[in-house]
Amino acid sequence: MDSALIPKGVRRCSIGQFALFVGVVGVVLLWGVFAMLLCWIKGLNQTNMNDYYGFALWIWADLAVIALGGGAFFTGFLRYIIGKDELKNIINYAVLIGFICYSSALLILAIDIGQPLRGWFIFWHANVHSMLTEVAFCLSCYFGVLTIEYLPLILENRQLDKVPFFHNLSHNLHEVMAVFAATGAFLSFFHQGSLGGVAGVLFGRPFAYREGIFIWPWTFFLFTWSAAACGPCFTIMITRLTEKITRKTLVKQNVVELLAKISGWMLLTYTIAKIIDTWYWAAVSAPAGGFWLMDFYSNNPLYGPWILITEVLICGALPACILITKSGRKNPFTLMIAAVLAVIGVSLNRWVMVLQVMAVPVMSFDKWVMYSPSWQEVATTILPVAYGVILIAISHRYLPIFPQERELNPIEN
Amino acid sequence: MKKEHSKAKKYGMVIDLDKCTGCGACMVACMAENNVPFKKDESNKLDSITWLRVFKLTNGKSFPDADTCYLPRPCMHCEGEHGHAPCVSVCPATATDYSHETGIVSQIYTRCFGCRYCMAACPYHARYFNWWDPVWPEGMEKLLNPNVSVRMRGVVEKCSFCFHRYQAAKEKAYYEGRQELEEDEYQTACTQACPAGAITFGDLNNPKHAVYELKKDKNAFRLLERLGTNPKVYYISTRKWVRQAGDNYLEGYETEGKVKKHR
Repeated sequence: MDSALIPKGVRRCSIGQFALFVGVVGVVLLWGVFAMLLCWIKGLNQTNMNDYYGFALWIWADLAVIALGGGAFFTGFLRYIIGKDELKNIINYAVLIGFICYSSALLILAIDIGQPLRGWFIFWHANVHSMLTEVAFCLSCYFGVLTIEYLPLILENRQLDKVPFFHNLSHNLHEVMAVFAATGAFLSFFHQGSLGGVAGVLFGRPFAYREGIFIWPWTFFLFTWSAAACGPCFTIMITRLTEKITRKTLVKQNVVELLAKISGWMLLTYTIAKIIDTWYWAAVSAPAGGFWLMDFYSNNPLYGPWILITEVLICGALPACILITKSGRKNPFTLMIAAVLAVIGVSLNRWVMVLQVMAVPVMSFDKWVMYSPSWQEVATTILPVAYGVILIAISHRYLPIFPQERELNPIEN
Repeated sequence: MKKEHSKAKKYGMVIDLDKCTGCGACMVACMAENNVPFKKDESNKLDSITWLRVFKLTNGKSFPDADTCYLPRPCMHCEGEHGHAPCVSVCPATATDYSHETGIVSQIYTRCFGCRYCMAACPYHARYFNWWDPVWPEGMEKLLNPNVSVRMRGVVEKCSFCFHRYQAAKEKAYYEGRQELEEDEYQTACTQACPAGAITFGDLNNPKHAVYELKKDKNAFRLLERLGTNPKVYYISTRKWVRQAGDNYLEGYETEGKVKKHR
């Protein structure tokens, strides 16, 4: 029925199967939309946030998807600026994943603020001293860049490509894509960093506060670094997952391995930097604020030293070691394990830098406060996942996302 | 009329914790004065709005050494370094500001869009979010203070040191051809309500104001001084354990954090 829209030379499932898949995920999406409307209409009293947890699940989700979407800027940087030509076979998917992550982040922010209709005040009354202002500007600009990067892909749809204007526009956009990739890398460096700065500048919260260079705390650089390291791992993970679902190989192994290798070295250097940062914080910064390291990891039911071990060693050093070794990258199982661990690690880091910051008592007579999200918060956090799955399904079906798909899956007549 | 610029003020508070009985009159006065909304069920204190909250501190010892202290905690109106209070420097929409004229940290409700970054930044939990629209019991809307705007759902609010009283006093002084205010012309509601006289309010820079000398008391301290928040609320207690509860101290660790920069 929709064969005229499907790229030539590739096989797709039947429209019925496709509609069923999108329909099932669509139900989840509608559940999230319902929760979102509740939050907008009735207010944030629909959540389990409170005056101790001004930031909670949504801000974590926001930071996590932005870190995971980092594959787009870093792969684009490697492909267009460094000149790693093989990555042209995965850059489309990295851009699509990045587009989903960043649009999700913007949507979550729109739900998270108490007065959504005043969201534009962040631009109009901008406080240049606030890391959140930097986040808002760079995030919005980079989403624009990602849209421009995604646009030629849409225009390459078989039917749209027949329109001369769209064909030429798509061609010309491809020609100048290096400029947008460079712009994206520049913007991403700042907004990934300023998201790290959001926690790092909180000098009233010794758990989050870090020294740094000029106006930028160390978390600024650590966030950019970790996003560049773990974003590509997320791209690899989703690519492999897509291959499992579609039962096809979509990207050649050497392409994935190259990305995995670069990601591995980034992750290794990040883990070393993170260990140094943690040591300095534990030995100098936190005691200066009147805290021993273990004050942050004791006297509460959840936050213990296991977090540090999981984040830095199990989900940092271990996947890094797998990815920098040839045998680790070549084995599909260990490669996937490493990618998943890296994704968990960066997500855990963002959780710690949002939720644990809120949980740790600062005044000596204050107490630890725990938090569990309401179903409305969970549903609105799953909403972007459902939206992402649907957009990937539609894009994969109708757009030439994977340049190697035809070669890897020849149709025998 | 001779025109002269008024000198920069640094309004602050000194609270004598040895006098505080924990009666809560300051909290009630604050809520009534500032139209602070409340819920039908106030048992969950994590989303209750209390611009001024009285904490109960205990020394952790058993009878007969047990001791209790009540600590009223308004907004600390931190100065930080050069006005970069923890909350002021992070607000992305300049909805909270540090006044170098009065030393008061303001909250502009009509500009706040409810990101709650300031709440995350404040270690004193002095900032509150309006999780609901205010609902007043029938007839009570007629008793609201006309000088203080009520806040809508979705914005952050906090103690303003009864700034509307400062504005009213300044207007009166201007009308009478004066630039400077007398100490008793501008007092906060909590100060006036405290039956024990535990709260003293005034200009910390003005030698004529009581707070000027009180803040130099050998038993005076501020909360979390070493973090560099540079608060303008001082506490006094002759009890060592109370003074120690004001900050986090590490045994055998000599550092004073950022505290030296502001003393």
